[in-house]
Amino acid sequence: MEELLRIENLQTKVLDKQILKGLDLVINKGEVHVIMGPNGAGKSTLANTILSNPEYTKIAGKITFDGKDITNKKTDEIARMGIFMSFQTPEEIPGISVFNFLKTAKNKVTGKTIYGVDFKKEIEGYAQSLDMNPQLIGRDFNVGFSGGEKKKNEILQMLALSPKFVILDETDSGLDVDAIRVVSKGIDLYKNENNAVLVITHSTKILENLKVDHVHILIDGKIVKTGTMELAKEIEKNGYEAYKNGKD
Amino acid sequence: MAKTKLEELNTNIYDFKNADNYDYKIKKGLSKEIVEEISKQKNEPSWVLDIRLKALDAYNKLTMPTWGPNLDELNMDDIATYVKPKAKIESNWNDVPEDIKNTFDKLGIPKAEREYLAGVGAQYDSEVVYHSIKDELKKQGVIYTDFDSAIKEYPDLVKEYFTKCVPIFEHKFIALHYAVFSGGSFVYVPKGVKLEMPLQSYFRLNSPESGQFEHTLIIVDEGASLHFIEGCSAPKYNKVNLHAGCVELFVKDNAYLRYSTIENWSKNMMNLNTKKAILETNAKVDWISGSFGSHISMLYPMSILKGNNSSTEYTGISFAGKNQNLDTGFKVVHIGKNTSSVVSSRSISKNGGIATYRSLVRILPNATNSKCSVSCDGLMLDDISRSDTIPVNDVQNNQVSFSHEAKIGKISEKSIFYLMSRGLSEEDAKALIVRGFASPVSKQLPIEYAVEMNRLINLELEGCIG
Repeated sequence: MEELLRIENLQTKVLDKQILKGLDLVINKGEVHVIMGPNGAGKSTLANTILSNPEYTKIAGKITFDGKDITNKKTDEIARMGIFMSFQTPEEIPGISVFNFLKTAKNKVTGKTIYGVDFKKEIEGYAQSLDMNPQLIGRDFNVGFSGGEKKKNEILQMLALSPKFVILDETDSGLDVDAIRVVSKGIDLYKNENNAVLVITHSTKILENLKVDHVHILIDGKIVKTGTMELAKEIEKNGYEAYKNGKD
Repeated sequence: MAKTKLEELNTNIYDFKNADNYDYKIKKGLSKEIVEEISKQKNEPSWVLDIRLKALDAYNKLTMPTWGPNLDELNMDDIATYVKPKAKIESNWNDVPEDIKNTFDKLGIPKAEREYLAGVGAQYDSEVVYHSIKDELKKQGVIYTDFDSAIKEYPDLVKEYFTKCVPIFEHKFIALHYAVFSGGSFVYVPKGVKLEMPLQSYFRLNSPESGQFEHTLIIVDEGASLHFIEGCSAPKYNKVNLHAGCVELFVKDNAYLRYSTIENWSKNMMNLNTKKAILETNAKVDWISGSFGSHISMLYPMSILKGNNSSTEYTGISFAGKNQNLDTGFKVVHIGKNTSSVVSSRSISKNGGIATYRSLVRILPNATNSKCSVSCDGLMLDDISRSDTIPVNDVQNNQVSFSHEAKIGKISEKSIFYLMSRGLSEEDAKALIVRGFASPVSKQLPIEYAVEMNRLINLELEGCIG
């Protein structure tokens, strides 16, 4: 299997606090990985560190994507190389429509001029499969959107930009059962043997429609256990206590 | 990570300058002799000279404004108030002298005319060099000509309205304007005539250490409708240039006027401009205003809602960069009953620029059942820039609905990270946010001007990431 992402000994601090304390992870093309962990374990920090969010400082380690060292690359370069992150709290952009934003972003990630008519049809198709009101496409980006609509808009962008690797940072949090099902369907629509998905979550609902390859438990900045879907189910039932204690 | 530095641009597409190749340039300063000489050069009737001399007297008596930006850098002894280009008014573009033609070609003026305008005027320094209007509009009785020609060809009409909307004594710089005014446009739209395509006048100040004092007078008669577009620009010189134009708008019963302005002055310009509209019964005026460039601007378009049921909307944006102090806003006086005004103002400031929204809302005792809503938003791109809101509200009766909302914000690092995670560079991300912020104005403009405004925003934001 072809390797897509390799993370070695990743250590990250936020302000003066070290969050990631030597994280290793390898993701191959075609795989779905899940990261679970208690609040404050470093799940979102991992996502933000991969994307070089300037608020997160890498103090050690290496990230290789598609054979290239991206450890010190800037966020936009990483995005253009094909990594996409679905945000926990997506931003609003007043005055810019969802469609115009997608067109701009698609243009940036592909380096090609995007023609409106075909692209619009494509977007409308995705919106339909995500059960999104098609009028949202013409509205200002996320302005006045409900929490669920904002999350669906993240998945819409993922489909429109068709990246090589996707990180879903608690996309399911705050969503009702139906919305989670739709998001899960969106991931399934995106997924193929040439790309890969990393799902950060607290619950297994979002995973129901997905073929999960590996489940990792992240505690205190390190992956402490890796398993299959069974591990995720066990965590949902019993929580993280066993792993926390085991590591102390 | 290093912060973005948005550098000031030294050159942009508006900054090309032609040799100061004038036919006649009056000596610098302001005196009775100079005013008389301008009048003589223009060969105008004595009643106009009388107004000029009265205005000069007013200028000498009136004091400088005691509020707003500091105008100490302006010394009238250093300003030539009249620069006559080597050209006469043409109605055929090919007859305009080459260097001047090239200037307007670069600004896209004749092209714009062919594509989507009903008429075009172009002023170079103190005189209009080109004016044209589509024949079918002429046949309908529409008058669109330069102001000097209007004085000669339509003296009764001009006399009836000239100085009646903006009086000579209103403030020091309007007195200055009337003393030395030159060029500008005159528009008359007869009763019931509705122009589907806009008219556009473009003002270009090329000569250094000079002033531009064009006078625009528009009368939209009963039931008529017009969209008028005004564009202004100038290349950059090291010495101060002055723009003190005046716009007088008369909008009669049931008439509609949309007045759009895109100003992009060079950053040595003092822009002290006065614009006012008087609205009769059920008339409507929409102002769309984009203020870019200039060193100092004091610009407060005004609507006088004289007639019952008259209404006005103002949508404005200003962009203040380094060494720029843009003091802009809107004034409205509600006189008639059931009158309404909606004001939406946005300002962007960066690199220490100062953007101030200064407004006046006055609702008189008889203006019952009137409505006014004001919202102003400021966007600061860094910590050293300033954005202020100085509203004056004077509501003199109880039967009104009035609201005022002000918000000042900054571009958050979170937004920039979000956009960069979608493949946009830091600059692209900022430009997109600013374009979105400016969209209430650009949405109101014809598409070509909206594109132009977005280009101006990108030019203002262009720079390097250090």
